[in-house]
Amino acid sequence: MVPYRKRRLQEQKMIKATINNVDIEVAEGTTILEAAKKLHLNIPTLCHHPDLTPEGSCGICVVEVEGFPTLKRACMTLLEQGWKVYTNTARVRNARKEIVELIFSNHDTDCLTCIKNGKCELQDLAATLGIRTFEYPKADKKKEIDTSSVAIIRDPNKCILCGRCIQVCSKIQTVNALTLSQRGYDTVITTVFGEGMGNSVCVNCGQCTVYCPVGALYEKSQVEEVWEALNNPDKHVVVQEAPAIRATLGEEFDLEPGSLVAGKMHAALRRLKFDAVFDTNFTADLTIMEEGTEVVERIKAGKNLPVITSCSPGWIKFMETFYPHLMANVSTAKSPQQMFGPLSKTYYAELKGISKEKIVSVSIMPCTAKKFEAQRPEMKASGYQDVDFVLTTRELARMLREAGIDLKEMPDEPADDPLGEYTGAATIFGATGGVMEAALRSAYFLVTGRELENIDILPVRGMAGIKEAEVDVDGLKLKVAVAHGLGNARKLLDKVSDQLAKEGKSEYHFIEIMACPGGCVGGGGQPWGSDMARRARRGETLYEEDKSLPFRRSHENPSIKAIYEKYLGHPYSDKSHHLLHTHYYKRSPLDGKVLLEE
Amino acid sequence: MAVENQCCCAKTNEAELYPELEKIITEHHGKPEDLIMVLHKAQNLFGYLPRKAQEMVAEGLGVSLNEVYGVITFYAFFSTVPKGRHSIKVCLGTSCYVRGGQRVIEKIKKELSLKVGGTTEDRRYSLDVVRCIGACGLSPAMLVDNDVYGRVKTTKLAEILERYE
Repeated sequence: MVPYRKRRLQEQKMIKATINNVDIEVAEGTTILEAAKKLHLNIPTLCHHPDLTPEGSCGICVVEVEGFPTLKRACMTLLEQGWKVYTNTARVRNARKEIVELIFSNHDTDCLTCIKNGKCELQDLAATLGIRTFEYPKADKKKEIDTSSVAIIRDPNKCILCGRCIQVCSKIQTVNALTLSQRGYDTVITTVFGEGMGNSVCVNCGQCTVYCPVGALYEKSQVEEVWEALNNPDKHVVVQEAPAIRATLGEEFDLEPGSLVAGKMHAALRRLKFDAVFDTNFTADLTIMEEGTEVVERIKAGKNLPVITSCSPGWIKFMETFYPHLMANVSTAKSPQQMFGPLSKTYYAELKGISKEKIVSVSIMPCTAKKFEAQRPEMKASGYQDVDFVLTTRELARMLREAGIDLKEMPDEPADDPLGEYTGAATIFGATGGVMEAALRSAYFLVTGRELENIDILPVRGMAGIKEAEVDVDGLKLKVAVAHGLGNARKLLDKVSDQLAKEGKSEYHFIEIMACPGGCVGGGGQPWGSDMARRARRGETLYEEDKSLPFRRSHENPSIKAIYEKYLGHPYSDKSHHLLHTHYYKRSPLDGKVLLEE
Repeated sequence: MAVENQCCCAKTNEAELYPELEKIITEHHGKPEDLIMVLHKAQNLFGYLPRKAQEMVAEGLGVSLNEVYGVITFYAFFSTVPKGRHSIKVCLGTSCYVRGGQRVIEKIKKELSLKVGGTTEDRRYSLDVVRCIGACGLSPAMLVDNDVYGRVKTTKLAEILERYE
């Protein structure tokens, strides 16, 4: 038998076999699971995920192959010439039920109060297989729930040890925060020395929560705090929504993946009784003004190149932990969320004559790392915590459902002034390559005083792991690169570090990095069920919105012009520096803690 | 009473052993496949695997710390707590279990105030449970270092343990 890992990528030879007595011809190197799919035959799976390498840890997908004494795992067994496969024999059905019953014996089956209720792959599987009784007594051992992180909760009592979280953390993100520990009955998934995710190198990207099939990994919720603020008449509660939310929130309300719900989202938030519904897209435009200016200044001065973007808080902690030598290369511009926070408590508060302490600033983010970012001690430019509460897309959907608001039926409404108007350049922030494209549109103008003719910079779009482009800015050939997913970022940055060490400079001028595969549309706080194909679809939606908007360059946004005129002066001004720029800390690559300067 | 494999940790200052560990790691530098071998050597050196040693091994071999931790907790051979000068291993195989092995353990735990898998504060003893040492005819049986004691009576325990300084 050919092991899965040796499967050939260039499939040429065709093989013939039968599945449930139906003839099938597939290319050599096809798994039984894939072959069955071609016959529209669903073999149930649990640990399998299309984005990950099958590990066969659960054994749900077993099938019978004539002539072999043991059952075979369909997800990792390659079909061979002449095999007769049976996917639905009594033996197979019994084995599957047995496995689920055994998982139940060691699993908190309190589904009614579980965060994954209705969205759990184990629950679905139990329904599909018709499990009606708990055949085995429950393990009485309760394990401690890990609440040490400000972003992510890990409940080992729900964990089924499928290993998806470890694979995404180690292989796709190369963070290596999670590991299997102990063995046999005592096996748990944990962090190094069992000290909890908050005391580890975890960058809070939340991809583990996206890939967990059950309710063992999920965001630390602030829904209750937001309800409380909304019900407090003394508070003025304002809300911002990240670019990527408008491309994903619809999925939580049975809309097709990739449905654009910007207008409905604003309307729904108004009905939740937020006092002002703004939009992070406004501060995304502002980020371009600040970061674009910084890029231009640094290229002119030839200082600390390449400039690397700073919007993704998962990436920022990753950089502080594993690439501190590139700290000076990272833009000092805050992320759009953290630009919005202080502006809501200064510019907006002053404009409206509301005292700062009355304002509660809430953000809706596709991201679990944003929860960590909002609580960083330096994020207090307004004199108060700039962003009070961060909700993920999933948490907002829960609030809307609880309030009985059906997003699908909402009218389209714009966001409020003065922090709501946005351009197409801002909305594409949510997709990988979007920040780069938006920055180039404005950088060209900042350098030449003329507008870039063709503003669709296609080479930086799409789902390729690392993308490169060269843009001619008045004779200066600007070389840029984009990476999404921290594993891809690592590859690119190792190359850059190498160039810097050997030649003293890098071939690149400007680099965009997003922690999550696909960018924010694939964020750790997005609706469950985001595989790579769905992330790509969501990204396309943002490019479609970009095309439909009256302004597509950040510097054309009338509200942006207004805020510089009335309040900030000009990009990179003293006021901008105080409110909109930040600094970073070196962290230990062993436990992610801030290292004190010696 | 001297025993092979007996570690020297209690006799030496732990900090003095790190240069030795450096040497071992240098031999295997950048070779992730040597992880278990290096951990083995490190444990022989320290008597257990202190956190700092784990971190050094991870860095030197080019593996992530979570992998090192996963391997150490998987194999019963590796210990992350210091071992005592003398190891007490009480048998809980079927025969010893039936004939009162558990009572022996309870007594030792109480007398020395330590847990199974733990070490006394003065690092004199560490206590472990083993499953059958092939001395079923002498059950309940226990090992102190490499000496076998059969038909152990809880009243005689103190006297046996006194012999090991």
